[in-house]
Parts: sequence; structure tokens; C-alpha cells
Amino acid sequence: MAPLSNADYSDMQGLLRFGYGKLTQACFLLLRIDNPVAASSWLKQIPVATAELQNPPPARALQIAFTVQGLQTLGLPEKIINGFSAEFISGMTGEDNRSRRLGDVGDNSPDKWSWGSPGLLPDIAVLIYAESSLFDEWQNTIESQINSSGLTIFHTLSTTDMGDIEPFGFVDGVSSPIVDWERRRDPSGDKLNYENVSMLGEFVLGYPNEYGKYTTRPVLENSSADLPNAEDAPDLKDLGRNGTYLVIRQIDQDVHGFWRFLHEQTGGDAAYAQQLAERFVGRRMSGESLLPQSQNSIEGVGPNADDIRRNQFTFDLDSDGLSCPFGAHIRRANPRNADLPSGTPPSLLGRLSRVLALDKVLNKDPGDLRAGRVASTRFHRLLRRGREYGPMLTHDQREGPPAADEPPSGLHFICLNANIGRQFEFVQGSWLQSTAFDGLRDENDPLLGNRETLGRCPADKFSLPTTGSMRQQIQNIPRFITVRGGAYFFLPGIRALRYIARAGSSS
Amino acid sequence: MIVAPIDPNHESELRFLLAGMTLRPGVYNPENALVPFQQINTLHFARFVILEDATREDLLAYGEPLAASGKSLALLCDFDGEADHFINRMASAVGPGLIRIFSCCSSPPSLANLVSWLHARSAPASASYVNWVGRTVVQVREEELLHRLLEEQIAALGVENISAREVWNKLKRFVEDEQTTGRITLTPETPTPWGWRIKNILHGIGIPFVLLILSPLILLYLPFFLIQLRIHEKTDPVIAPRPSIAHSHDLSVLEDHLVTNQFSAFGNLKPGPFRRWTITAVFLAIDYTARHIFNRGFLAGVTTIHFARWVFLNDHKRAFFASNYDGSLEAYMGDFINKVAWGLNVVFSNGLGYPKTNWLIKDGAKDELTFKDYLRRHQLPTQVWYNATPELTACDKERNARIRSGLEQSWLSDKALQQWISLL
Repeated sequence: MAPLSNADYSDMQGLLRFGYGKLTQACFLLLRIDNPVAASSWLKQIPVATAELQNPPPARALQIAFTVQGLQTLGLPEKIINGFSAEFISGMTGEDNRSRRLGDVGDNSPDKWSWGSPGLLPDIAVLIYAESSLFDEWQNTIESQINSSGLTIFHTLSTTDMGDIEPFGFVDGVSSPIVDWERRRDPSGDKLNYENVSMLGEFVLGYPNEYGKYTTRPVLENSSADLPNAEDAPDLKDLGRNGTYLVIRQIDQDVHGFWRFLHEQTGGDAAYAQQLAERFVGRRMSGESLLPQSQNSIEGVGPNADDIRRNQFTFDLDSDGLSCPFGAHIRRANPRNADLPSGTPPSLLGRLSRVLALDKVLNKDPGDLRAGRVASTRFHRLLRRGREYGPMLTHDQREGPPAADEPPSGLHFICLNANIGRQFEFVQGSWLQSTAFDGLRDENDPLLGNRETLGRCPADKFSLPTTGSMRQQIQNIPRFITVRGGAYFFLPGIRALRYIARAGSSS
Repeated sequence: MIVAPIDPNHESELRFLLAGMTLRPGVYNPENALVPFQQINTLHFARFVILEDATREDLLAYGEPLAASGKSLALLCDFDGEADHFINRMASAVGPGLIRIFSCCSSPPSLANLVSWLHARSAPASASYVNWVGRTVVQVREEELLHRLLEEQIAALGVENISAREVWNKLKRFVEDEQTTGRITLTPETPTPWGWRIKNILHGIGIPFVLLILSPLILLYLPFFLIQLRIHEKTDPVIAPRPSIAHSHDLSVLEDHLVTNQFSAFGNLKPGPFRRWTITAVFLAIDYTARHIFNRGFLAGVTTIHFARWVFLNDHKRAFFASNYDGSLEAYMGDFINKVAWGLNVVFSNGLGYPKTNWLIKDGAKDELTFKDYLRRHQLPTQVWYNATPELTACDKERNARIRSGLEQSWLSDKALQQWISLL
């Protein structure tokens, strides 16, 4: 087999590799294409930031992504579009059962969204980032280019620099998977330990994923287009390579409602309220872990000392949920488990006896009810790139009543993944919104959960295991977030972007 | 499973009748008067599925003649007790509705011959899996009510700062009191009939015994088997295009209404005696392990399946697979791929077009997206799906059983007490 080529940074948009944290100002423009020909001439020459390292680092950046509707409007042939994933083609609101799984029902249902639902779906998202002194000018420049290029800005998602704090007041973005850019990782075989490194193909199309396979994406036969060759089929041109899927969801956070509820539960004891909030999240407000640091290092955690302190742990250290409750947000978002239940012996015989559960059969010990109920984490990772919006509140403001006319605050959740169904939708549907996560019942994510019942299952509780006694249970938890919009986009590689632009000019 | 060919002149009428049993697609209407399944208190799950082979042209890859294209109606029930008894029970509880529905099939039944009509059209499972052998619907319902009443009682007690043992004592007393008032009923487990037990033991010993006797022959045959297998594996075509948007849509409207979902799939076996006898042996092995090993809450690491079964149809040329599982299809298929790919491969690799396996157990389902497309493409819409306890996952059922069991003990050790209290 030919040696693997390196990740081609010059053909990738920078967001795959960088969060652009130093570019503290950002806004996301949602566009409609009025004139595909005019739009494509702009698309051919827009200054998209690549994933190459630059010295000095850029002071501004622009990224671009398309919905399926955008690709259709630009005239990309249907045959090519059909090569994208079913979730992308169908869209975030395309099937009712998707909405049910994602928790987009009741007050979160797409017919109440301000963008992203049928009729309000953008064609293009343009993401603009800059240092604060340069931002307004950069935004004006891009907006005027857009307005004179057969495009309309129909919705603007503005953001607020809240530092590393999200609106509820917690330090966010503490943990993120490490991408195997050097392509050294071997995904084969059962992984017996949690690892925080993901195959490049989990986040970038055209490279092998955690199954060692290439995720389906559009490839072109008999084409001389200026596109990368498909690595797994070199006679094909790969429109997906160096691109990925971008998920955006606008989530209003009821900051005052969140803290009011916690104060009610704790009889106005502010310190206790904070403690309870930290149990909801599974971390301290400062981002520190609720669990002690584990003795063993974890691949993909460190060498930075802060990272080791905050992330060198798995939930094996807390098997009774006393430190971090089983339903806490960080357990649901990243269960930090391996392919086989913890404690599985590595030998073939050991694994076989685990599969056949010989111990259970022979000892007549029913074992832990929770054992093996959570899917292996490594197939369900996301690269998060979200930004906050709304007023940045002080600690006292958050915990007090809202000011008159206070605009909503929340999160423009953004994530990148190569397989929307297995990654974003799985994390959102099977972990965050599920009332059956990890053998739990009647509860979903304490922060992000929609409290609508699925079937007859309530979803408004939160259990706190307690030493030596009955668990404590918080009841009647209201919904703290409201989904305002969302869509699936394709974030193309640079050459793929130009190819898409050319499709527009010939339409 | 009851299978009857649909009279083409009555297909639209049949679809109308089946749709009438739902509130909207995928949601069973408990008020439906046609076939009120909930009147049968030994029935866990039931479904009506129209069997239609949309992939029959795949056979052309082998130069085989196309199989018949007719549609059939299947009725599947997962029930407690013996089949004969259940069919009698069903005929008396919902007989008129069944007759109405099956009147859309060729040579329909009458009230007089319904039971024998059903028997005559019964297709036995070639292999089946039950999450917890012996757990009855009555038990599941009683234990769920127990759990909910305990929760109310716990809230009323204000259990903070009470020791686990005190909680256990109080709840034990509460349950005893409520059993006298009749608010809680916990029907004692009916002893397993001796006949069934003896049969089961004989089956448990007999199959390995027969295998032992045949082992010299099996060993002699093994090299030939492996050669044949490799030849087949190297030449069998993979046919797994992505299912059409319309097909996926027809399936997805039926899904994710509850914490539990249904799965029905139908397809052709690879032609020829080799695959046919391989899958027959595999079914035997699955049925054996499901009966004697995987009968306590998990199937080789997968804990989310309530009931599953495989049925041969059309003279062993086709197979039907049905299951009731927890969570989303994506999660279900992920469990298949990550935990039991080998197990899926030994069965489904005998199905036409399955992703390429090596040595029967390797690869196959590990080709994630091809496998997912393959399954989805062979999936059939389940027109009516009944679930006796729609709010319960397999885990919930097991938790409730353990809670009850803990209350029925006269003493719990400290360790057992800790385990028990963590269930509440």
C-alpha cells in the first residue's frame, strides 16, 4: 500500500484545524442566492482562510459552507449531490423522526424557528472572524461584496466575546478530541481504554475514519476537474476530500430561569445552588473536573498541565456516580468509555468470556445494571466551534431577574463531523436527549434537554446518587434552552469550493 | 408468525384497515376496535407487516430466475406461554378483527375455521431471541406499577438522611400493606411446566451430545467447508446501494415515536445449497445459545433487544428478520457493528448482497456504511406495531424486576442493599 499522504492543509478550510479563538469577534451570515452566476463569480475568488499555519497568524478569517439547497441552486448536478450523506441531503428538519430524536419538538420544533426550517433555509453560511479592532471593517467589506454578488443576507447570527465562559456562567470548551493529523493512529481492533484521539476521517472527508473506512462522499468518474484524487480510488476525483459537514444550531439559554430554578431547589443558598449547577454540568464553573485525576495517562490528553488536570480522568473512577451524577451533561456529551465494558480482560479468552458473560452465568450474579449500556465513545466525537451571543452578564446579573428589554443570550452551537448521523445526531439524540442514556430513566440532559415526553416517558428529573442512602432526585426541571434555528452545511475543501463555484457559473 | 398471500384486489383495502389501527403512521391506537391487542395480557409485542420483496432483482446477479413478486401479510406476536394456547386465546379475543384483516388475503378464514387457518399459515421461527426468558407481560406491568408507587412513596417519606436499610424496611412494609389493600399485586411466578423444563434440559444436553457424536464427521468436512466458503466469499457480489430517499422516508415516519423501535427486514438468501445449509446450521447455533446462554438480558453484549426472530420463507429462499429494540436505528446498527459484527456476519452474510465477509465472521458489518445501507434497503415498513409497555426499555424492565426481587427477600446483605437502593 502506498504511504499515506499528509493531510493537505492548503486545501482545507481553517476551521477544521483552528477555533480562531484569538479572533474574538465573529458573525455568521446566512445567505440566499438570487443570481447563481453572479454568486459564483464571487465564490471563485473569495478569500477563504486555509488550515495552513501562518506567521503571524491571520487577524481575520472567512469560512464558507453550503446547504444542499445552496448546492442545488448553484446548479451542482443531482448525481453529484446524491453522493453526499442522506442526513445532509434531507436536512436537519427534513424528517419528523429526526426532529423527535434531536428534541426539536414542542417549543423547540422547527415551525417555531427563526431560520433553518422549510422556507427559511439558507443556501450559504459565511463565517466571519477578526480581531476586535478589525472586525467592523471586515464585516462591512464582506457584506458589501455579498450584496453586490447576487446574494442576499437574510439572517445574521451575531456573537459576543464572553471569553471562555458560556452564558450560564461555566467555562466551556474544556475538552476536545485531538485530530490525528499526522495519520499515525491505527483504528483496528477493540480499544480497551478511552483515548482522546480521533482518526482524521472522523472530521475530514476523504480520509479513513474510526472503522478504517472512507465515509461516503461525492466522487466524480472520468473527470479532469481540478479536485484531489480519491485516496481509496485514485481514478476518481474526490469532491468531499478536505471538506466536512458543519452543523449550526442557535440555542437561546434561559440564564435567569436556570439560576432561579437552582435557587428555588436549594432554598436560596447561593453556594449550594452553584454546587447543584456544577453537578448538572459535571464540572466546576471554573472548568475543573469533579473527579480526581486518574493515575494513568490518556492518549490525547496533555502534555499541557491544565489539560491533564481537567481531562485526565474517565468515569471508571466514579462507578457509583457520587462525584459526577450519571446524567450530568459531560457524561452524556462524552462518556469517556472504551469499546468494551471497563474491566474487560484484554486476552481473547477474557473478551470471549465477557461477551458470553460467563461470569454472570456461572456466578448467578446479575452484575451492574448499567454495565455496557453506553456506546463506545470513539465513534461519536465532535469538533465544536460554537460562539456565544447576547449580553455578557455578571455573576449577580445571571442570578438575578432579567433587566428590562434584555436581549436573549445563548450559543450558536457549531460542530464539524464527517458523519452527521453517527456523530452529531447520535450525541444529540442517543445521549443528550435520551431518557434511556446509561440505564437512566425519566431524565435527559439537565442543561440541554427538551422536557417533552417521548411516548409516555417523562424527562424532567435529575438523580444525584448519595453515599449510603437513597439517591436525591431533582424533579420538575423546566426546559432551559430554546432552539431558534439550525441547519446542516457542507464545508468544502478549497478546490471543491472552486469546483462548486464553477458549477454555478455554467448554470 | 402467520403469513398469508395478499389478494391483489384487496391490497388497498388491507392498507386502509391497517392504517385504521394507528393514530398516525407508526403510532398504534389503543382505542382501535378492529384488533385490540391490549386485550391479550400475554402479548408483549405484535405487528402486521406487508412482505414485499423490493430487492428481488438482486438475484439477477447470480443469473437466477426472479422469484415470485406477490405480497404477503405477516402477523408476528411475541407472547408468553405455548403457541397453541396463544393462538386459541388470540382467536377468541380478537378473532373478528383478524378475520376482517385476513379477508384481504387469498382463501380467507371464517369464524369457524380461524384457529386451524392460523395454524396452517404459521411459519415457525428458525431462530429467536428473548431478552429475558420467562418474564411475562403481567409481571412487567405489575412491576412497573410497583416502581411508580414506590416513587410516590419515596417522595412522601422524605427519605433524605434515612439509612438505606430503613428505606428498605419502610418500603417493604408499604408494599406488604398495599398488597392487602389490593393497590399492588405481585403475582408469584408460575412454576415452569415440568414438560417444558425437561424438554429444555434435553435440548440443552442433546444438541452438544449430537455434535460430539458427529464431531469426527464435522472435522473431516471442515476443510471442504472452508474451501467452499472462501470460494463463495471471493465471488459473491456485494449489492448495497444507498436506499432511495422515498424508501428511507417511508421507514422513518414510523420510527422514534417511543423509547423503543421496531425493525422488520426481508431479503433473498444467496442461491445454492451451500448458503442454505450454512444458515440452517447458524440458526441452530443461535437458537441454542439464545435459549441456554443469552436468556438473561443481553445478547453477546447487546442489551437493547427485547425480542428478535428469523424466519425462513418461500421454501428457504428468503428470510425475514424482526426485532423490537431500544433507542434509535443508528444506535441499534452501531451496537451491531461495534459489539456483534461477527454474529451478524455469520447470519446475514448468507443474505444476497451482504458486505464482503472473510472466514464467515470477519469484516462484513465492519464495513459500516455499506452495512447500514444494506440493512436499511432490506427494511420493510411495519404497518402496525403494538407494544404492551411502550414506556419501558429492556433496562427498565430489568430494573423493576430487581427492585421487586430486593423487596421480596427477607434479608439483604449491606452490599446487596447498596446495589438495591441504587436501583430506585
